[in-house]
Amino acid sequence: MIYRPQLTSVMSILHRLTGVALALGMVFLVWWLVALAQGGGDYQLVRLVAGHVLGRLVLLGFFVATIYHLANGMRHLFWDFGVGLSLEGVYRGGYLVLAVTGLSVLGGVFLLFFCGGA
Amino acid sequence: MARGQSKREFVGRSLLGRAKGHGAARSGVGHWWMQRLTALGLIPLVVYCLVSFLTLADAELGTARDWLAAPFHAVMMLLLVAVGFYHGALGLQVVIEDYIAHETRRILLLAAMKMLMTAAAALALFSVLRVAFGAGG
Repeated sequence: MIYRPQLTSVMSILHRLTGVALALGMVFLVWWLVALAQGGGDYQLVRLVAGHVLGRLVLLGFFVATIYHLANGMRHLFWDFGVGLSLEGVYRGGYLVLAVTGLSVLGGVFLLFFCGGA
Repeated sequence: MARGQSKREFVGRSLLGRAKGHGAARSGVGHWWMQRLTALGLIPLVVYCLVSFLTLADAELGTARDWLAAPFHAVMMLLLVAVGFYHGALGLQVVIEDYIAHETRRILLLAAMKMLMTAAAALALFSVLRVAFGAGG
């Protein structure tokens, strides 16, 4: 292997990818709000999509992407104040963000697929 | 021109330029600072609205509308949309500037992105207000 990806670079590009995905995914937030205002068939369609297993998977993806971008974004904000910016600190923060994201996968699956309401 | 005056003028302009964020990079620190500021603001907004969404995703129309119509919820949602779209546009701008080398394409894409983000945000904000003021169809 000529180039071995590092945790730091992979997490950096993931921050960008989740950021772009979330910006584009805000279309769904807009759709939900417009359907709430419109009511009737528009809202029923949202419920149908949000209740379907594919819709649930998309929601799970956005949920996990949000948690990752949120946690890693806070890591970036700490760096801006010079906190956790050592080589050791950068890795420790990285593993912490990955752990939080992993927990969010479990939590998201539980809430979206095993909790009746949401 | 006296030497002192010239120096003062130069320093004054430089400081004013710095204060207005017009350094060598033109946009200066304005973009960087707003990205951080909106990020900080989004932490509580995203956490709050995420928890709410998970309990509302499947709700009846009346239940979801009642939730959104409550003043605190409506304002949280308005702030999430406004700050979220602003932060999203700042982020997309960096990505476009980084990857689109062709200048005309880059400028056109930036303009299209900003217009679409503004339009989407306006649509969402208007919808929240419509539900909040009880004028939904």
